[in-house]
Amino acid sequence: MTARPPFLAKLTGRAEPDATKRRWRRYPIDPAAWDELCGALGTGLDLVSLWGEPGAVHMALREGDEAVIVTLPCPSGRYPSVGRLHAPAVRLERAVQDLTGLVAEGLPDARPWLDHNRWGVRHPLWSAEPVAADGAPYPFLPVEGEGLHQIPVGPVHAGVIEPGHFRFTVNGEAVVRLEQRLGYAHKGTAALMTGAPLAHAGRLAGRISGDSTVAYALAFALAVEEATGSQVPDRAQWLRGLMAELERLANHLGDIGAIANDAAFAILHAHTGMLREQVLRASHTAFGHRLMMDRIVPGGVAQDLAAEGRAAIAATVGHIRRVFPKLVEVYDETNSLQDRVVGTGVVRPEWVNQFATGGFVGRAAGRAFDARRWAAYAPYHSLTVEPPVFEQGDVNARVWVRIREVEQSLTLIDRMLETLPSDPILAPLGSGPAAGPETEGAALVESFRGDVFFWVRVTAEGRVAACHFRDPSWFQWPLLEAAVEANIVADFPLCNKSFNCAYSGHDG
Amino acid sequence: MALISDYLVQGVQMLLVLALAPLVTGVVRKVKARLLRRRGASVWQPYRDLLRLIRKEAVIAENASWLFRAAPYLIFAATWVAASLAPTFASGLMFSWAADLIAIVALLGSARFFQTLAGLDIGTSFGGIGSSREVMIASLAEPALLMVAFTLSLLAHSTQLSSIIEVTQSPAVGLRISLAMVLVSLVLVALAENARIPVDNPATHLELTMVHEAMVLEYSGRHLAMIEFGAALKLLLYMSLIGGIFVPVGMARSGDPWPAYFVGMGAYVAKLGVGAVALGVFETAIAKMRVFRVPEFLGGALMLGFLAILLLFVSRGHL
Repeated sequence: MTARPPFLAKLTGRAEPDATKRRWRRYPIDPAAWDELCGALGTGLDLVSLWGEPGAVHMALREGDEAVIVTLPCPSGRYPSVGRLHAPAVRLERAVQDLTGLVAEGLPDARPWLDHNRWGVRHPLWSAEPVAADGAPYPFLPVEGEGLHQIPVGPVHAGVIEPGHFRFTVNGEAVVRLEQRLGYAHKGTAALMTGAPLAHAGRLAGRISGDSTVAYALAFALAVEEATGSQVPDRAQWLRGLMAELERLANHLGDIGAIANDAAFAILHAHTGMLREQVLRASHTAFGHRLMMDRIVPGGVAQDLAAEGRAAIAATVGHIRRVFPKLVEVYDETNSLQDRVVGTGVVRPEWVNQFATGGFVGRAAGRAFDARRWAAYAPYHSLTVEPPVFEQGDVNARVWVRIREVEQSLTLIDRMLETLPSDPILAPLGSGPAAGPETEGAALVESFRGDVFFWVRVTAEGRVAACHFRDPSWFQWPLLEAAVEANIVADFPLCNKSFNCAYSGHDG
Repeated sequence: MALISDYLVQGVQMLLVLALAPLVTGVVRKVKARLLRRRGASVWQPYRDLLRLIRKEAVIAENASWLFRAAPYLIFAATWVAASLAPTFASGLMFSWAADLIAIVALLGSARFFQTLAGLDIGTSFGGIGSSREVMIASLAEPALLMVAFTLSLLAHSTQLSSIIEVTQSPAVGLRISLAMVLVSLVLVALAENARIPVDNPATHLELTMVHEAMVLEYSGRHLAMIEFGAALKLLLYMSLIGGIFVPVGMARSGDPWPAYFVGMGAYVAKLGVGAVALGVFETAIAKMRVFRVPEFLGGALMLGFLAILLLFVSRGHL
């Protein structure tokens, strides 16, 4: 943290942040204050998200323990760009421009981002105008130089993965530049959720990114519960935590093996694959769905944990505890594998601090942020989460963050099973703090990839009036571009897998 | 009569390598699958794959030239001839007097030449990247293979495989350090030439890491069948070379009575089985190396071959 006085205190008017319960209050500000904030971003003041709605642009900010959302009204449809001063905002502003037509003045890169001209409509979230869906060509950044050539990869890949395009400019084997093009998996989820009843919107939220369905559903539920001032029964809170840790466990186990597999070391993949499968089966036994989709709903959880499910989880945890250390040993002691992962795809600490990058990408490069500890939402308020932090920022460090988090999740699951109170699992939603027809809430939840931000505005009738979500990958994808530079083309899959950024979650 | 039986034995060898090549690939895959605790496809699956590919329509890129169509047959033919020359179950075969170890190297080199040209022909970036990597690997693997050939020739005073095997079969050969070095060198070259881990990964889906697979990405149908068959033959060829030269146990000689040929065949199949299992185990235990480590890997093979020759000279006391 820098020595300068906290910035957000001026807005909130509080000298000391309220550390016991972090609420994302929203403050309207004027262009001068907006500019001042933009200038301060990246120096301990983190950009959490940026989104637009008709006639206004919002920015979620975090500084130390303080969290706010600032709103700049811009009825003219123009606002001063954040990206011109703070690079992490560039892609968010391009997305805002595609979805709402709000123009960021001074944005250094104003090419469309999510909109590939295939929707048949322009600016769907504000002044939706029909246009021909003819797929305009995308101008990639120009590259000049002797002996350079380009390799286009994707959006359809040889493996069964999500769609995304990578444009490599290489000199022989060395990567000179990687440019990503995303947006192929845009489903318009925010637009679908707008106007939907909360229960339906919750189902949609759980489908933003399938591998993080628990985290997204939880983020949405927490935001809605804050907006409506609802109390969630204790047991539901603990079950939510249990599901979140099972999801983290399954994904991390899958990732560790998949990274080794990209170095053609298939045996680790086979064994972690078996462990992952056991977690998924235990989740199915416990909660009736392998990925636990639609199990977290605003107000609680949809399915209680029976004794059988509890036993399945406990057995799985015990099994992983026995097997996992041997796999870690294999990973750490196979020289041919270590040769591939150590020093590959280095992310520098200054990048993760500038981009406020969460998850294993941030923690592998020295940024300790973990939403479970920072936001301390239930049940983590009464559990200890000690994020593992490494300094090297390479593929190996990202694997080690996952290994440590697997071990932590096992401990957390044990604690949760011990503590699990006996309560109802669902409570009716409250009617909000009686502030008016519409109330708002926001939440930051730690998915396996990093912090998921969700903001929602709820009508008095229990429908979503507006919403926004920001996947952790928004601040990880750009660092992948930076991390592969000066690596060789053949090492990109390894770097990419160690980032494991979301396509669907990012594209929305 | 002798001529007819010579023809017969040579003919049997030509068919035998064709018949066994997919099986060896199938066994390697099966071993790897079992080691990964998977059930794995049947060892006969490569035959079914070839049949399926031959029956399927070949989709050819619009800008492909005649070379792209011709290359698979040239690759297959060159590899088949090379495999027919290799020592399998009997030495002193008819064709082996017509072509020597260096001819095998040259045949494989020609096959690779057409393969890399075909990779470049359709003009995709993956074909280009695969060809460029293949040539980088070949430029190191071929000299190493020639060093192996020279060492063996010096030992046998001939480049003929049959003469070499006669020497290694005779008790006079004893334990020779130069032979051991050549064996290691040949194994390293075989791994690189057959696109095996740690140089390449025959099972990968990652376009950016491919070498051999990147060159053949655009192939389909019967063309792909020819290339896959060629690749299986090449693997069999290297296993036969290693088995025939360094473990010439049970191999029949020209003029032996008939039962000796059957013993030779049994021994050959057993050697292939051992080779396939060993390859599967090795590939499971190691990760793929960085592309730029391959020169070090093959440089080691080249150096071993070179040292083997030097040692041979020095130990004989004349240079």
